[in-house]
Amino acid sequence: MFCIAALVAAMSFTAPTGSVTITFSNYVGSSLLKLDSAIYKNELGQSYTVSKFKYYVGNIQLKKADGTKYVSDKYYLINEEEAASKQITLSNVPEGNYTSISFILGVDSLHNCSGAQTDALDPVNAMFWTWNTGYIFLKMEGKSPVSTQPGHLLEFHIGGYMQPNNCIRTINLPIKNGMQVVEKTMLHIKANVSDLFKTPTSIDFSKISSVTDFHNATTIANNYADMFSIQ
Amino acid sequence: MKRKHIYISALIIACVISLAFIGSDKYWTITANDVKLDFPVNFPKPVYTFKDNTPTPAEFTLGRKLFYDPILSRDSSISCGFCHQRIAAFAHFDHPISHGINGLLGKRNVPPLQNLIWQNSFMWDGGVNNLEVQPISPITNHVEMAEDLGHIITKLKRNKTYAAMFNDAFGDTIINSQRLLKVLAQFTGLMVSNNSRYDKYLRGEDTLSAAELHGLKLFRDNCAQCHKEPLFTDNSYRNNGLKYDSTFHDSGRMAITGNKIDFMKFRVPSLRNIEMTYPYMHDGRFHTLKQVLDHYTQTFIRTPTLDGILVKGISLSEQDKTDVISFLKTLTDKTFLYDRRFADPNFVRN
Repeated sequence: MFCIAALVAAMSFTAPTGSVTITFSNYVGSSLLKLDSAIYKNELGQSYTVSKFKYYVGNIQLKKADGTKYVSDKYYLINEEEAASKQITLSNVPEGNYTSISFILGVDSLHNCSGAQTDALDPVNAMFWTWNTGYIFLKMEGKSPVSTQPGHLLEFHIGGYMQPNNCIRTINLPIKNGMQVVEKTMLHIKANVSDLFKTPTSIDFSKISSVTDFHNATTIANNYADMFSIQ
Repeated sequence: MKRKHIYISALIIACVISLAFIGSDKYWTITANDVKLDFPVNFPKPVYTFKDNTPTPAEFTLGRKLFYDPILSRDSSISCGFCHQRIAAFAHFDHPISHGINGLLGKRNVPPLQNLIWQNSFMWDGGVNNLEVQPISPITNHVEMAEDLGHIITKLKRNKTYAAMFNDAFGDTIINSQRLLKVLAQFTGLMVSNNSRYDKYLRGEDTLSAAELHGLKLFRDNCAQCHKEPLFTDNSYRNNGLKYDSTFHDSGRMAITGNKIDFMKFRVPSLRNIEMTYPYMHDGRFHTLKQVLDHYTQTFIRTPTLDGILVKGISLSEQDKTDVISFLKTLTDKTFLYDRRFADPNFVRN
């Protein structure tokens, strides 16, 4: 009798889970990104505007202090132009205290070689290179008066999953005081556009205003590696 | 006089019969047997395995319709089949470089479509890594079909014939780029050429002439290291000594890898159906196979990235070249060139 009760208890027992909603807020410096109209300045004092800002986030992992982790295999395309895209929800996250989050900015090599895909990885999202197969991991477009491109355009299309031009960057963010996952939990992550153009390499828009293939791509990727922080 | 009458009557009857066949459902209907994955035993294992994309008659038929439909181009003027012609093993017959919308010219020769599932990458520079995503390149190229993938999906969704065909193929009304690309991969992926006289010779079903056999021996001694049997390519990229054309500015594989050692390296193309796919080279600069062999034996240019085989040199007499060309023509596969499964379904308008 006891055995049966124990069995029933074991079968019906599932660890309680909750959902984690992550909001990505895009900033330039200390202010929220405003497309087209706001004028910003880079480290060299060169002014610029932003007309487009979108990037892939994938392989999201939430880690507990004891090393156990929750892993999501989905890809998300965060697009400043689409409010809904900036909020993603991870479901069935085991309850408990999580001390860090990690994810990649980019798309891993497997998903770059898997043929026709859908949802966030659908090539209709204009984040796909056709002449040299692969996803554009991050797209920032805008203008700067010092840009030598036609129309003073800034065009940063950063991608590439193969060495030596691999632009996938793993972002690891410790969560101060931990995050207690209960039924519905919120996490705010900040992405700072200005970090694209500084540390470790300060970008001079009069010299580099267009990156659309492997030339200079890893320089920008090294810069965006520290673009994120927890709000 | 009487005999002439009989001859003409017989000709008319033959025409009527063949037209009746082309006009019949049997010619156009794709059966389960038509889409069976049945690969030549002497070929290696395919790279593209149709994983999550097992061909079905309805999906293949949809892929065929899309392949021949100019709806995939911006101004509905250019279909895939416009440049990839069946009679030329799906290369562009007698065209050195590709043609696109508004009469625009590309910078490379249209490659034939055959035995694609044994290729690990696509295009002359190998920039495309999967058969399924290959069509996005010509579709979006501004001097080819110049269309936006999202706009194609919009156009297909409002087209009643396509709505019905997608529903028929997938059992629901979803039309997206993934389905579009997968059915195109079914259509092009099943283009397999393995019934040339060379293949039949290997299988003991046909014989080759003395000249053709001599050509085969010379080919194996001088050419087969790159043009490896039975696919007639080793899927590598090599500099075969072509002079850099400063009007095209095409440095080949270097544009993909960013590595100087890849300067002027291009895909080693298969030689199957080579008789039908002229002109030759990535920019169609040679019109005849004789010119190609003269290039390899005499006129190639020495540059630092020249392939090692050419550094050593290839020596063929004029008679040898004639025999090699005789052999190359045994690679013409009429079964493939006239395969009804790959014919333009718009031929029948009803």
